[in-house]
Amino acid sequence: MSRNEIIEQVNSLLSEEFEIEQSEFAPEASLKETLQLDSINLVDLIALVQMTYQITIPVEDLHKIQTFNDLYNYIEEHLPA
Amino acid sequence: MGIWSCLGVTLDEVRQSLYDGRSGIVFSQERKDCGFRSALCAQVPQADLKPFVNRNFRQFMPEEAQYAYMATRDALAQARLDQDYIDQHEVGIIYGNDSVAEATMRSLDKFRQFGSTAACGSGAIFQSMNSTVTMNLACLFHLKGINLTASGACASGSHSIGLASLLIRTGLQDCVVCGGAQEANMYGVASFDGIQSFALRDDATRASRPFDRDRNGLVPGGGAATLVLESYESAVRRGAPILAEVVSWGFSGNGDHISTPNVAGPARSLELCLEHCDVQLKDIGYVNAHATSTRIGDAREAQAIAQVFGDYRVPVTSTKGQTGHEMWMAGASEIIYSVLMMKNDFIAGSLNFENPDEETACVNVVPETREAHFDTFLSNSFGFGGTNSTLIIRNL
Repeated sequence: MSRNEIIEQVNSLLSEEFEIEQSEFAPEASLKETLQLDSINLVDLIALVQMTYQITIPVEDLHKIQTFNDLYNYIEEHLPA
Repeated sequence: MGIWSCLGVTLDEVRQSLYDGRSGIVFSQERKDCGFRSALCAQVPQADLKPFVNRNFRQFMPEEAQYAYMATRDALAQARLDQDYIDQHEVGIIYGNDSVAEATMRSLDKFRQFGSTAACGSGAIFQSMNSTVTMNLACLFHLKGINLTASGACASGSHSIGLASLLIRTGLQDCVVCGGAQEANMYGVASFDGIQSFALRDDATRASRPFDRDRNGLVPGGGAATLVLESYESAVRRGAPILAEVVSWGFSGNGDHISTPNVAGPARSLELCLEHCDVQLKDIGYVNAHATSTRIGDAREAQAIAQVFGDYRVPVTSTKGQTGHEMWMAGASEIIYSVLMMKNDFIAGSLNFENPDEETACVNVVPETREAHFDTFLSNSFGFGGTNSTLIIRNL
């Protein structure tokens, strides 16, 4: 899966799940602010990544994922071969 | 009052369905294919909350909480309780609910499939508790009074009204939102079908037949029904439209078999309800029975009613002929059905009642809709484990 495919799919999934238009997404924008996440529904982001890509994001890695780009990077790096 | 049911999603629609004797029961191919012994159920419309509730709140709401939201929205509007008033006064909520099977199942399926608790999602814990309706509605409508779920099996909705009326009568609350909600998906009743309690009949609309000689089980229903209870003084002070008075609440336990009812327990519930008010038997112009269309349940209730009412053959129907058994919701929805009849001067015929049997002939079941004026009615709700609740309501 190419990086562009990841970006396209992740944006589509996030838009559907959190009901936010993709036009509001930007690579360096904050995921929490854009998707209106709080400490509880942040879990939905973790669940979405896990169910779609079979990637488990450990709690200690969460702080590394602040922006959309961080999320694309994390998925790209951890995609099962 | 507000309602979301198989007979309609506005009070006008429901009133007309009651008057016309329209059945809300359908055959479900999905249930048949999945292995249900009886694939009959009420057809409850899906609720679309997107225009009213944002995604992050909807995540916490299972199906029945969504029905309850729609019913409560309408009930608050009818009672002229706007958000400003609610924000400045202590309004409580007591709502009947006794399962959230589908939401619980779906979150645990994800947990087991992915081997991770995070896979359950953020809403799972709030969706899967019995108190999901009260926790969601209290937050969405900013209710700051009592916040409590009544889980009393098929009497849950009735108990919620009884408890709310008690708190108001004792002065502990001025205004309480109450009602009952019932999930309408097949997972909530799969095990109920498993104990062979559901009706078997080719014609879906004729399957739920309370008190009838040929009844052979109940048909599961669902939705939600909300009533706003308020002290008379508070309602008058606000200039709120007042529909009726909760005159009395009676309750009892059978202390007996978990699923087979007896006569003594329900009879005590009726007697207690009558003892605690100034209503005479002859004042009661209509009885909305619990009767679910099961052989033993209907027979025992008929005997309890006959025992309490003696020589007075009060008109009796069960609206479950039209709605199926709305279970956790039934005790509240049936108060709404009965109030709609009372306010519009008719008694909806007990759908599919054609012939009594030896045990149900002791009550005066009204088979066809008829014009009738009455100012007081009694409503029964009974549940598994032998929980009984009876309400007497008077026109105002």
